Amino acid sequence: MVNPNVQGKKYPETDPYLVGREKVREFAKAVFSTNPVNHDVFAAQAAGYTDVVAPPTFAVVIQERSLTSVISDPEADIDFSRVVHGDQRFVSVRPIVAGDELTSVLEVASVKSLGAHSMITFNTEIFDLEKNLVCTAISTLVVRGAE
Amino acid sequence: MTHINIASLEVGQEIGSKNFHLTRDSLVRYAGASGDFNPIHYRDDFAKAVGLDGVLAHGMLTMGAAVQVAVDWIGDSGKVIDYGVRFTKPVFVDARVGTDVLVVGKIGAIDLENNTVRIDLSASSAEVAVLGKAQAVIKL
Repeated sequence: MVNPNVQGKKYPETDPYLVGREKVREFAKAVFSTNPVNHDVFAAQAAGYTDVVAPPTFAVVIQERSLTSVISDPEADIDFSRVVHGDQRFVSVRPIVAGDELTSVLEVASVKSLGAHSMITFNTEIFDLEKNLVCTAISTLVVRGAE
Repeated sequence: MTHINIASLEVGQEIGSKNFHLTRDSLVRYAGASGDFNPIHYRDDFAKAVGLDGVLAHGMLTMGAAVQVAVDWIGDSGKVIDYGVRFTKPVFVDARVGTDVLVVGKIGAIDLENNTVRIDLSASSAEVAVLGKAQAVIKL
């Protein structure tokens, strides 16, 4: 069972992640994007962006870096081999573009138990180097109870 | 760039659909691109050992592919300002033949005041819905 006392716990800000142009293209290809702003710098600039735009779910890469600190936190007591992704949401202030340097701060929004299972919801706020909020990633993991 | 007139849209109207053919290659490619190297997404023996019927696609791959229907409609992925899904059923990916995920997008809501449109996406594999409440809000 996930420790309910971690509800409200905040994890330290992650080191800056530099969003690379080729990483954006690689991710875009992996999610079957054919949208020119994800691949072509000129198309992105014509649409008003400084560089290629990361697909809407790219923020998961940043969220993952924060999630690692929770998964490895002995206090949270999450058995990762029993984790299933329950739901995911991204609320964007602006799109992520190549060249961004992003940090994230994760807070455990809630811990609930559902029979033998635990449901843990995280809010991960993603900031640029000017400390402006870029995106909030909200993720619920279901930790299956032991049979 | 697609120019869409909000006044011409109707709730329930279909905006597009796409079939995504997922293979093990797609899963390995997504693992590398996203950094999610959980072996349940590429090793049958590991998937079976943790009680799964077989290798399954990353939920985030299905989520990332599904929104492309909305992105193709608007023509600019940066206009998706809010996107959420529930992962309701696993998408099993056979090693030889892969599997198909069919995504259909419809207008779910129109907000004239904020000039936004909510696209409701349905995603199914082998005729079973694999995402629930998949909604993408687009800023026009």
